[in-house]
Amino acid sequence: MNFDFSDEQKQMRDEARKFLSEQCPPKAVREVLDGKAPYDKALWKGLAEMGFLGIAIPEQFGGAGAGHLELCVIAEEMGRALAPVPFSSTVYLAAEALLIAGSDAQKQKWLPKIASGDAIGTLALFEGKGNPSPKAVKLTANGGVLNGVKKPVADGAIADFAVVVARTGSSGRESDISLFIVDLKASGVEVKSLTNIDLTRGQAEITFKDTKAEPLGAAGEGWSVITQVLDRAAVLMAFEQVGGADRALEMGRDYALDRIAFGRPIGSFQAVKHMLADMYVSATLARSNCYYGAWALSTNAGELPEAAAAARISATQAFQHCAKNNIQVHGGMGFTWEFDCHMYYRRANAVALGLGSLSYWEDALIDRMRKKNAA
Amino acid sequence: MNFDDTPQEAAFRAEAKAWIAANAPKQYEDELRKASLGRVALKGANILEVAKAWQKKKADAGWACLHWPKEYGGRGASPIERVIWQQEEGPFGRLSSMFIIGHGMCGPTMMAFAGEEQKRKYLPPLASGEKIWCQLFSEPAGGSDVAGLRTRAEKQGDEWVINGQKIWTSGAHYSDYGILLTRTDPTVAKHKGLTMFFLDMKSPGVEVRPIKQASGASDFNEVYFTDVRIPDAQRLGNVNDGWNVSLTTLMNERMSIGAGVATGFPELFDFCNSLMLEDGPAIENRAVRSKLASWAVKASGLKYTSMRAISALSKGERPGPENSIGKLVAGSMIQDVATYALDLQGAAGTLSGPEDAEAAGKFQAMLLRAPGTRVEGGTDEIMRNIIAERVLGLPGDIRVDKDVPFNKIPTKGRA
Repeated sequence: MNFDFSDEQKQMRDEARKFLSEQCPPKAVREVLDGKAPYDKALWKGLAEMGFLGIAIPEQFGGAGAGHLELCVIAEEMGRALAPVPFSSTVYLAAEALLIAGSDAQKQKWLPKIASGDAIGTLALFEGKGNPSPKAVKLTANGGVLNGVKKPVADGAIADFAVVVARTGSSGRESDISLFIVDLKASGVEVKSLTNIDLTRGQAEITFKDTKAEPLGAAGEGWSVITQVLDRAAVLMAFEQVGGADRALEMGRDYALDRIAFGRPIGSFQAVKHMLADMYVSATLARSNCYYGAWALSTNAGELPEAAAAARISATQAFQHCAKNNIQVHGGMGFTWEFDCHMYYRRANAVALGLGSLSYWEDALIDRMRKKNAA
Repeated sequence: MNFDDTPQEAAFRAEAKAWIAANAPKQYEDELRKASLGRVALKGANILEVAKAWQKKKADAGWACLHWPKEYGGRGASPIERVIWQQEEGPFGRLSSMFIIGHGMCGPTMMAFAGEEQKRKYLPPLASGEKIWCQLFSEPAGGSDVAGLRTRAEKQGDEWVINGQKIWTSGAHYSDYGILLTRTDPTVAKHKGLTMFFLDMKSPGVEVRPIKQASGASDFNEVYFTDVRIPDAQRLGNVNDGWNVSLTTLMNERMSIGAGVATGFPELFDFCNSLMLEDGPAIENRAVRSKLASWAVKASGLKYTSMRAISALSKGERPGPENSIGKLVAGSMIQDVATYALDLQGAAGTLSGPEDAEAAGKFQAMLLRAPGTRVEGGTDEIMRNIIAERVLGLPGDIRVDKDVPFNKIPTKGRA
């Protein structure tokens, strides 16, 4: 049994960590946090040069042709560093949708640009409050023309193109849903930035008015593709969340070792120690669930839907738990703008929602476990 | 990343599987499989006899204490081979429960501190289950703080005379031997005046009394020592160095990697799958699903954490500290799972008789046993201390009794 990453993959993790610690220190994250830039362009270019943006994109489409295990490794480091770039939108959502459903021409058009850092992509799925559901899709597509409003769209204000989920029928079934690719610089697209709890990542509202769009995949198969994309993204995002959880735990541990109160390091008080031990437990459970998700993703196993939901739930819980208790360990200083704790708290709570919230994935997990049980 | 055996592992697994298929007591397989939680009982058979027979059969064929050297009754197998054996032994491994302390703690302590002749005499029958051993550490005055123990050992000629009381001793009533931690010098700091021995549990002056637990069952004992005489030759380690000897014992309390810890989740999932609530099947209720999902990912998280440890063993590496979370997570989870299963039953959840209770009363039994799970073998609080100190590197507790002579340490909280 070798339920672990390979030595080469671990080496890649070390390289990514070194690169990000140099190119993406908290100071760089704060440039975006403070609104001085919509995202870190230099870092985005650097990630392209390192080959990380196209790590899981086949060589014929300009990528490194590695695999999803390598992408999991990079994702964890991106989460750890709170990288303020549209990595998840472009790589986990747009690129994966293209890889699953795109024609050769579509892949040839967009994937090399993603790998080289010349195109930012995203998925336009949500239309106001609620979790992923074909019923919630109101935006219409008629004769290749879109009309409707999507919000929130992650990184929508900086994206070059979007995979748009649209309604092409009214039977009340999943087959009413189809996917389209839209060049967001084209006419008929109106983009508005929206304020959100994670100031290091953008959210937008995108209005489509008689916008020309190109079908992605077969008509009526959109929801099946979206389900696959969300499962893959759930695993990848779970690695980001585990990376963030681990870093928040380390920050709390380090502070507990250094901070003196009542004449001793606060890390010697059991109330603090036990809080940190519980954070370690959450992060460890999440990491192990993520490894299983990574295995299922990289082997395209039938277990992926269940594994993805478990990884997503566990990692969401762990990141939220570690981020909030990291602030608690820091006490008053943890609640200042100056300390970095709130950046992890913001990110933890924002990414907990982006692919569908905890209750959505809990529901999905039980459905999938029941199916397996019945089979 | 894969779940496959190496060729050597596959060959070993095939050999183990074939031997088990040909030799295991299959007539008990069903009962053992169902006894996933709590006590193992076999209808119409004495569990102790069945367990001893299985252990002896394994030992004769070289499948007992796989990781021990051959000359002491083992197989000289690698850690991963031991895990593979446990996986293949499956439900029959539950027959080993009365040997766990002897094989996991007493044996390794003997191996490290007994003389060669003693090792050759005592270890093979321990491995083969012919002799059962227990561990006599905990006392009424020393549980989590085991170094606070008060049982005295006083030297008289070539012998030591033991007086005092031990508690929470698993299996003392059927044990042949025990390892015993005693106080030999009360005038020095508590860790510095302890000495370890092994003794024959049939020695005059040893009295074993079962404890009736809060659950109503009796899995443990009190053991009283009245002028019990132990030859100095049965001392393990130096006089007053018993604390270091006991650390060897406790470090060998190997996590049962591969065997898996009980969480109650599979039982709860099955229960919710069949239970009807007023508004439909429990498993279709949003609140129930949310609870189930949270426990599902804890159970799977533990499972895959143990897979990571097995992978490390397979590569010949030492497993990381991740496995230290198992007992902490599973202990409180099983209690919460049981509480919730009763909640779903409404007022009828209070009924515990197998005829009247839902699921034959298994969740009621689980609820009543659960408090012990969170205490035995290290309380939740001690487990959190261990994670905080050994894994995260946080400072140890400030110990106000560290440099105080043992006989000057206060014995009462309120005057």
